[in-house]
Amino acid sequence: MAAATLSTPPAPKLDPLKTFTVTMIVRRFNPDLDDEPTWQDFDVEMYPTDRVLDALHKIKWEQDGSLTFRRSCAHGVCGSDAMRINGRNRLACKTLIKDLDITKPIYVEAIKGLPLEKDLVVDMEPFFESFRAVQPFLISSSKPEKERIQSATQRERFDDTTKCILCAACTSSCPVFWTDGQYFGPAAIVNAHRFIFDSRDEGAQVRLDILNDKEGVWRCRTTFNCSEACPRGIQVTQAISEVKAAILRGRP
Amino acid sequence: MSSTTDTLGLASPRSPRSTPTGGVNWEKWGWIYMRASGVILVVLIFGHLFVNLMLGDGIKGIDFAFVGGKYAAPFWQIWDTAMLWLALIHGANGMRTLVNDYATHVVTQRVLKGALLFSVITLLTLGTLVIYTFDPCPAGAPANLLASFCPVV
Repeated sequence: MAAATLSTPPAPKLDPLKTFTVTMIVRRFNPDLDDEPTWQDFDVEMYPTDRVLDALHKIKWEQDGSLTFRRSCAHGVCGSDAMRINGRNRLACKTLIKDLDITKPIYVEAIKGLPLEKDLVVDMEPFFESFRAVQPFLISSSKPEKERIQSATQRERFDDTTKCILCAACTSSCPVFWTDGQYFGPAAIVNAHRFIFDSRDEGAQVRLDILNDKEGVWRCRTTFNCSEACPRGIQVTQAISEVKAAILRGRP
Repeated sequence: MSSTTDTLGLASPRSPRSTPTGGVNWEKWGWIYMRASGVILVVLIFGHLFVNLMLGDGIKGIDFAFVGGKYAAPFWQIWDTAMLWLALIHGANGMRTLVNDYATHVVTQRVLKGALLFSVITLLTLGTLVIYTFDPCPAGAPANLLASFCPVV
């Protein structure tokens, strides 16, 4: 499951109270001063219980206050701090430093394919624009007067895709999205899937038509980068394939 | 923000979306074609390899006469035509997605896709022509160039 960049040499049992030094190499970019992003390295003292986010905090609070990154809840729920760590998209707040190869420097950069704004911050607007385009809300003709009953099996059908936190780790790991900015991207399709297969929803046909677009699901080439990148473990590629099948069937 | 897009070497994602054409959904049919032709090609290609390499004398049986004999049979003519068209278009469509991925410039993309289209059409025409007009013993050819199995006139 873990790729080469993540796989650890059988981790020596680290004393949770003893610190170790790691080198963090961060891709910096200041739009006011730089033409090109540059790599900058920092040495930080870390405990085995620390995460990449803690290392970034330590750099920002103790070494260089200008380091810019997004984070909010810091516990893997808000989806603010997706970044490319050692070449793989992950949440900085869910990646323990000891799980990476600490004998080598740890490379941290912004997610790819979205316009870089500063250091680790990218412009998320294009991402949310395609999210909005699939109409990610319940469409129903009945008035919300009483509860909409749904069986456990019907709920199970789209359970996987309800877990999305919109961190953009999947979309920005997709090679099709990197070169074709028009492509909806995995995250938008996942969120369409969540409503297309919801028995209470009546807008499935609309969403299937939207995703049947030239830049829709057919652009997907089942690279599986998205499934591997998802910090919530959503089977993204499978969800996209289910949407493809639904479009061919003409109904969910 | 032009400087940031320049550093990435990419246009801003999702700049104005192409208007839906309303015509044939090529991207969808391309996707279906890749799957369907793939399944048929598995049968065609492995059948081709089995007949050529394993039946009879196996690989030693392949010579000019063997090919000539195959193209005299309408069954193999249709088999090979199907294989040629399905495989060539399948491959070219795959190359087209590669161009989409790696050629960032519109002009480069057009040139590469144009070259691809040209070579596909040329190869399909030539290949089909050969399959249906192949004559191992052309009339009027000098006797010393004719294959040994040709009837002596």
